[in-house]
Amino acid sequence: MRKAVIIGAGMTPVGEHWRLGLRDLAVEALLKAMDDAGIEKVDSLYVGNMISGPFVEQENLGALIADWAGLGNIPAVKIEAACASGGAALQEGVKAVMSGLEDVVAVVGVEKMTDAWPSDATRYLAYAADAEWELFHGASFVALNALVMRYYMKTYGYTEEDLALFAVNAHANGAKNPYAMFKRPIKVETVLKSPYIADPLKLFDASPVCDGSAAVIITTPEKAKELGVPKEKWVEVAGMGRAVDTISLASREDLLTLKAAKIAAERAYKMAGVEARDIDFFEVHDAFTVMAALSLEALGVAKKGEGAKLAREGQIAIDADYPIQTMGGLKARGHPVGATGMYQTVEAVLQLRGEAPNQVPDAEIGLTQNIGGTGSNITVSIFRRV
Amino acid sequence: MARPMQVSRYWRHFREKYRLMGGKCENGHVHFPKRPVCPVCGSRNIEEVELSGKGKVISWTIVRNPPSGFEYYKPFPLALIELEEGPVVLAQLTDVDPEEIDFGMEVEVVTKKIREFEEDGIILYGYKFRPPVK
Ligand SMILES: [Zn+2]
Repeated sequence: MRKAVIIGAGMTPVGEHWRLGLRDLAVEALLKAMDDAGIEKVDSLYVGNMISGPFVEQENLGALIADWAGLGNIPAVKIEAACASGGAALQEGVKAVMSGLEDVVAVVGVEKMTDAWPSDATRYLAYAADAEWELFHGASFVALNALVMRYYMKTYGYTEEDLALFAVNAHANGAKNPYAMFKRPIKVETVLKSPYIADPLKLFDASPVCDGSAAVIITTPEKAKELGVPKEKWVEVAGMGRAVDTISLASREDLLTLKAAKIAAERAYKMAGVEARDIDFFEVHDAFTVMAALSLEALGVAKKGEGAKLAREGQIAIDADYPIQTMGGLKARGHPVGATGMYQTVEAVLQLRGEAPNQVPDAEIGLTQNIGGTGSNITVSIFRRV
Repeated sequence: MARPMQVSRYWRHFREKYRLMGGKCENGHVHFPKRPVCPVCGSRNIEEVELSGKGKVISWTIVRNPPSGFEYYKPFPLALIELEEGPVVLAQLTDVDPEEIDFGMEVEVVTKKIREFEEDGIILYGYKFRPPVK
């Protein structure tokens, strides 16, 4: 198999883009990534997106975005894996390069969510749950995560304060990210005083509904050299893994184990030839604070039941042993669902190039973990400085 | 409010949604809802079984910002209930004061209205759980 390196990255700020449509956002991120790589043509395009149909009445995103970005008659498709669509699209793009089928591949993640009424947005997001056995009963995504959060707190004796620390960390880092939706540090009290949206889950335990797009260009080291891309810009995609779990929460073997993340991580670690302790920073899927805790456990960073302890012990800050959410995570950077995995990717690239506004000192290896559903579809990718 | 899917989509779930019909494979693994393949052993030899509808709350939440179509009912309690036969089911709790809900609380199944569409639309019924009526 060939090696794959990312040679260009671009993104739009995350936020409520009232004046920009889905195509504007995607094309902006994509052209920025192509400019960053210094290229004008790609062999194919993969679009990570979750729910453009209900949100903006647009499917066929491959054709739309390739057309408007002026990419010509290339192959282009949308990849959907719920909120893990961005991570999955990245991995499909990398696979195309590694297999030898395509030499220069563009991947863009995009989602435009703020044009919908809030309760409709809540409904569309719940399409990633089980329609007959979850959404039928009025379950929102927040509600499903709240069920996990209450059970986690009860099982291991954590409090709402303990989990709030993940939001505080994310906001502290997001404050330095010019592309983040929330650039304000918060305190534990801010989280605790925010209203319940599905008890015990509060507004500040959850990531926001927002718009955004992020993109990368992938090729082989040989082709990167041929294209004249300076080596300082290369970031190797060293490991990838992906797995699914039961779509409905009630069918899980264990409510508090992200089994799909565990399996995906094992595959990614094996492919990259590294272990959790070798990773310099982790971009985990903190759509809800409890998911950050469970993710750290599934990735082997913390023992089962001890994910929230890492936050309590101050081990997740930029200058600590296990920095997470270095650019604000889903909580503060924002969570434009199908684009999130690609934001994580672009942020990992910036960290490994040493260009991050919130730089992890001497970062050489980074990991991104992208969750679709309530843990039903998960991707893990490992990146390495070349 | 979003329009309902065509009615037939719901008709195929009559038995599961009104009588809590689960599946039991040849090796005795019970699950809910019934599936074509046993999630434990992979057997495809599965018979339909009616579950008792008695169980215990293992986690719950109060849904304050529901998906569209459920605004009328908010806030409402939603729970994961472990049935006495083993499977876990997600359902709304009914006839209960939210303050009374607790881990391990005993509940039983009851058929209730789940959702109503517009004036001329269909009404969806299904299972909810409540504290046992003595
Ligand atoms: Zn079985």
